[in-house]
Amino acid sequence: MGLLDKEFSDGNIVIAKVDDLFNWARLSSIWQLGFGLACCAIEMMATSASHYDFDRFGVIPRNTPRQADAIIISGTVTLKMALRIKRLYEQMPDPKYIISMGSCANCGGPYWEHGYHVLKGVDRVIPVDVYVPGCPPRPEALLEGLLKLQEKIRNESLRKKSA
Amino acid sequence: MKNTEEIFELLKKEFGDAVLQIDKETPTEPIIFVDPLKINVVGEFLRVSEELKFDSLMCLSGVDDANGTKVKDEAGLDTIQGGTLSVYYHLYSTTLNHKINLKVSAQREDPKVESVENIWKCADWHEREAFDMYGIIFLNHPDLRRILMPYDWEAGYPLRKDYKNPEFYQGMKVPY
Amino acid sequence: MALKTETMVLNMGPQHPSTHGVLRLELELEGELIKKVIPHIGYLHRCFEKHAEAMQYNQVIPYTDRMDYLASMYNNFGYVIAVEKLMGIEVPERVQYIRLIMGELQRIASHLVALGTYGLDIGAFTPFLYLFRDREKILSLFEMTCGARLLYNYMWVGGLSHDIHPDFQRLTKEFINYFKPTIVELDSLLSYNKIFIERTANIGILPVDTAINYGVTGPMLRGSGIKFDLRRNDPYSIYNRFDFDIPVGKGLVGTVGDCWDRYYVRVREMEESLKILEQAIDNIPEGDVQSAIPKRIKPPKGTVYSRVETPRGELGYFIISDGSTNPFRVKVRAPSFVNLEVLGELCKGHLVADVIAILGSVDIVLGEVDR
Repeated sequence: MGLLDKEFSDGNIVIAKVDDLFNWARLSSIWQLGFGLACCAIEMMATSASHYDFDRFGVIPRNTPRQADAIIISGTVTLKMALRIKRLYEQMPDPKYIISMGSCANCGGPYWEHGYHVLKGVDRVIPVDVYVPGCPPRPEALLEGLLKLQEKIRNESLRKKSA
Repeated sequence: MKNTEEIFELLKKEFGDAVLQIDKETPTEPIIFVDPLKINVVGEFLRVSEELKFDSLMCLSGVDDANGTKVKDEAGLDTIQGGTLSVYYHLYSTTLNHKINLKVSAQREDPKVESVENIWKCADWHEREAFDMYGIIFLNHPDLRRILMPYDWEAGYPLRKDYKNPEFYQGMKVPY
Repeated sequence: MALKTETMVLNMGPQHPSTHGVLRLELELEGELIKKVIPHIGYLHRCFEKHAEAMQYNQVIPYTDRMDYLASMYNNFGYVIAVEKLMGIEVPERVQYIRLIMGELQRIASHLVALGTYGLDIGAFTPFLYLFRDREKILSLFEMTCGARLLYNYMWVGGLSHDIHPDFQRLTKEFINYFKPTIVELDSLLSYNKIFIERTANIGILPVDTAINYGVTGPMLRGSGIKFDLRRNDPYSIYNRFDFDIPVGKGLVGTVGDCWDRYYVRVREMEESLKILEQAIDNIPEGDVQSAIPKRIKPPKGTVYSRVETPRGELGYFIISDGSTNPFRVKVRAPSFVNLEVLGELCKGHLVADVIAILGSVDIVLGEVDR
């Protein structure tokens, strides 16, 4: 459902629903907060570097939360860090999206049992849109997670926010 | 280059009772036991002595020996009473290329060890870590605060063998 | 009336693009000049030592991966050497050779990230892309061997998890031949770049006696001009059979021990690693890589402190065994943890912008600082 399939035969006018236009713009330029936590951050860096090229999907790291659209929680969230992450999330403007990357951010990962200082899942402090499993997830898995997020944004509506 | 026994003889001659004994039973390197309140004097001697020159502290580790008696507290949880907490020092001389291991033990209820921060600067963070994890008090340390755990962590010293994790920290659930 | 002045406290991190993770620095400034730097660490404290006490000896290995995640192979290496020393296991020749090859490949991969992100910190984006391209080639070699890109769990006590792939030797030789010219390329791209030199030469000078007193090791210590490398000075594994140099900082464009020297030592170390690889890759003896793996890992009562030279410096494992199947205590002497401590000394009197350059040249991995 691209935007260009509903245009007048002559002239350069495209007709689209406001929802579609907004969603199209949002999903094709997701700026992620340049923010690495742990091991997964290295895979995130590898994803945005030359071999996997995150840029193809319109994702570029933006270093301030005030201009970012998405955070990739890339790694273990500790108790000391959790409140900072919450604050970063609160500083971001709407609409904002969270990708939880890796087992640690999903549920505590290998640290679930004896990790006295590990938060067992970032969803205990902020809402998560897409969970990417793996320890660490391959760059392909992160790309898949991004595509899932794009799919989610595509079906959003201005009137009612998706749950 | 000297081996641990020679160094032990040397230290025994210099300090007498402050150097307690030598444990040769370990499968790798022997360990010299030192009085926890004299470790700074012994350390200073080890560093400046011409024939020893231990200029580098490789590692400083706190250890919970867990050699006390296990008792149940009011809530029915196991706690350890009595026994010791220890600190191991691994020293190395970059010029003379020899190593020794030192060990000090302090009472669990009142674990006080002299700081070696002014002898080897790198002991600073190691000692803060030992304090953070085991609650060992390093006397004369300039800045003995928690280092890895949050500054407002109140649930005790996590690497002690009888540590119990709290249910909540600042509104976040800690256990799985 | 005298002008009233006061110092300003600036907070940097934990979310900052140039802190290489979640380090927080408290900078006390007098105008643009730094009076004091207080690092706050622990934002990635993942309780490694508690886990090690709760696990069996071989179950600890995956957790060692996750400490220095840029040099996982080497963290495995250090740990298994320590346990083997405690148990007195002799490892087969083939295992020794493969471990050494993996270790040196890992050193190159780790330095590639360190140099790439250092360029990124200073403001050069292109070297990052070039170096990550080369790093992917090493990662694919690892992936071929053990199936993982980043965290391998490859070295086991007494052996390895998998034997090498039949194509491994050929592809590694191809990589060596490919990689040699790219170091020259890197030199022209970044090392002798005028802007880069301006930002890093004569910045953050680390004198030798300070370095030793602070326990600094690895490329940081060698950048200050001391030829100290555990592969030579306290040889482990089979490093004493190979011929390689230990590059040291010479102050080619500035003073000995400045940021550029530390950077340059890393570049030259990659060349030396290639030298070791060239000598080792053709001489891997035949054998079974799992023949010496003990059925039950139950070391005798005692302690061991064993250290290896990781890409970041001296990684020490202090293990206390009480004779059971779990370690009684594992303490890690992490090189980044110790190297970071000297940051306050290095930054004194420099400008705010130099903090980034100095921090990048220390090359910390927060997973290892906080464990």
